[in-house]
Amino acid sequence: MARTVSTRTRIGFTALAWIVALLLFSPILWTILTAFKTEAEAIASRPTFFPETFTLENFGAVQDRSDYIKHAINSILVSVGSTLLGLAIGIPAAWAMAFAPTKRTKDVLMWMLSTKMMPAVGVLIPIYLIFRDLRLLDTVHGLTLIMTLINLPIIIWMLYTYFKEIPVDILEAARMDGAELWNEIVHVLVPMAVPGIASTLLLNVILAWNEAFWTITLTSGRAGTLTAFISSFSSPQGLFLAKLSAASLLAIAPILLMGWFSQKQLVRGLTFGAVK
Amino acid sequence: MGSISLSHVNKSFGDVQVIPDISLDINDGEFVVFVGPSGCGKSTLLRLIAGLEDTTSGTILLDGQDMTKAPPARRGLAMVFQSYALYPHMTVRDNIAFPLKMAKASKEVIDQKVEYAARTLNLSSYLDRRPRALSGGQRQRVAIGRAIVREPKAFLFDEPLSNLDAALRVNMRLEITELHQQLKTTMIYVTHDQVEAMTMADRIVVLNAGNVEQFGSPLDLYKKPANRFVAGFIGSPKMNFVDGPEAAKHNAHSIGVRPEHFKLSRDNVPGTWKGKVGVAEQLGSDTFLHVHVGGLGLMTIRTDGDQTFAHGDEVYLTPDQTRIYKFDAAGKAI
Repeated sequence: MARTVSTRTRIGFTALAWIVALLLFSPILWTILTAFKTEAEAIASRPTFFPETFTLENFGAVQDRSDYIKHAINSILVSVGSTLLGLAIGIPAAWAMAFAPTKRTKDVLMWMLSTKMMPAVGVLIPIYLIFRDLRLLDTVHGLTLIMTLINLPIIIWMLYTYFKEIPVDILEAARMDGAELWNEIVHVLVPMAVPGIASTLLLNVILAWNEAFWTITLTSGRAGTLTAFISSFSSPQGLFLAKLSAASLLAIAPILLMGWFSQKQLVRGLTFGAVK
Repeated sequence: MGSISLSHVNKSFGDVQVIPDISLDINDGEFVVFVGPSGCGKSTLLRLIAGLEDTTSGTILLDGQDMTKAPPARRGLAMVFQSYALYPHMTVRDNIAFPLKMAKASKEVIDQKVEYAARTLNLSSYLDRRPRALSGGQRQRVAIGRAIVREPKAFLFDEPLSNLDAALRVNMRLEITELHQQLKTTMIYVTHDQVEAMTMADRIVVLNAGNVEQFGSPLDLYKKPANRFVAGFIGSPKMNFVDGPEAAKHNAHSIGVRPEHFKLSRDNVPGTWKGKVGVAEQLGSDTFLHVHVGGLGLMTIRTDGDQTFAHGDEVYLTPDQTRIYKFDAAGKAI
């Protein structure tokens, strides 16, 4: 029997949903609006909602003080690079765990996940020292490497879940058809897992883009990404709210747009296999 | 060429022994059916030959060459799966062409072979469709097409018709048999359906609990079953078995009579078994009577379709004395 929902209940829940959504969105909205205010208006004791004097000077000031383009390029290099590297390692690893499991596969999966339960600061000193000795501090490739490593458990877990949905008969058919392992993965497994791989890719680009802890700790001027760029504006020398907002907006805009355009793909990938 | 020879093949999964010890010789060009109840190890045996499972011990020779450790891709065999196992992201054409691409065949050769396979299997007008736009029978034909183009040493079929409806199953059975006559390539076919086994095979391997109960031609198995298991498994409806004093009269532990080897009458004749009709299944051409015989249990009798019997009718059964199968206490045929 279908559930019947009264109109009043429906209106109530809709209103509640809007309120929650707006509450969650309000800091972002406030940041966007503040980015277009003058510094004086931004810290005025009687706050304004919409900018009274609409200005773009914050963006200019931000670009003058710290090179936005350089940070943005670093962000792209690190997030895309670490995700591609992660997929290159994760796809064969997830294949092995999904289709050629051993008695220890479940333990290995759990162990990988457990590394995500540890606070990052717990390994700060050893990682820092390793990076120092290997001369990886403040390098884009060093940051890409650490980003790959911290996101690899999630990549493998996600891919493993998607691969488990693929009927093993089809991979066996490929083997019977003369496909060696490489061809089986490239021509059969990957095309069938495209939705899953795409959502893994998107999610990891977002995670790597927004990562702040390791970025701020392991980089300074040269390899800093947009998260380091934002943090450089919240300095103790003085609070420049409008400039900080402009910097934040510049930093989150690309990933926000990407998330917006790919949300259908993301949702489809994240619920892949939930309903046949 | 496609002779297959198994020697003392054993397969265990952990502590569970699925196939204790099987030796078999399959000749080039033969159509061999592995038949047995579910869980008897027939699919495992096929997968061992395919190379999709590793043997625990024993050797597998293909054309005299030891292939026990060779990966599936190197064995030169083609397999058709119960689930069709088509590549869903490829068109029918690409599905059929896939093994040729893997073998790095030239584009002309691929086109030519795909066209030939499509014509043979009536798939020419579906070549640009995806598998999901095809019916079950068409999908199975694509799977067969994919197997044909490789020109394999042998075809392996793993219950290929189980997912099809009854009418289509009969058609496809015929098509596969015709294909075998045309190609004359070795085929191994796994099924639990003894009708498929009887109608298609040159020789049948009857498997039970991982052991070969009998290996022979369909009529051999029907006429000279090696034991009670084969006697009961081959033939439809199933053979009737009688134990106890009635069997002792024939110096056997148990005797078996096939449903078609009875004379049936409504009049009492000396030396007959008296029974009451329980259910009469009328198929038109035949009628199957399930008769309760006092002291002997339920018997299935095949009569011609013109005979009319109803529930509760009294009947007298006379087994054909020349066609009574006798078994010892271990179930072996005497």
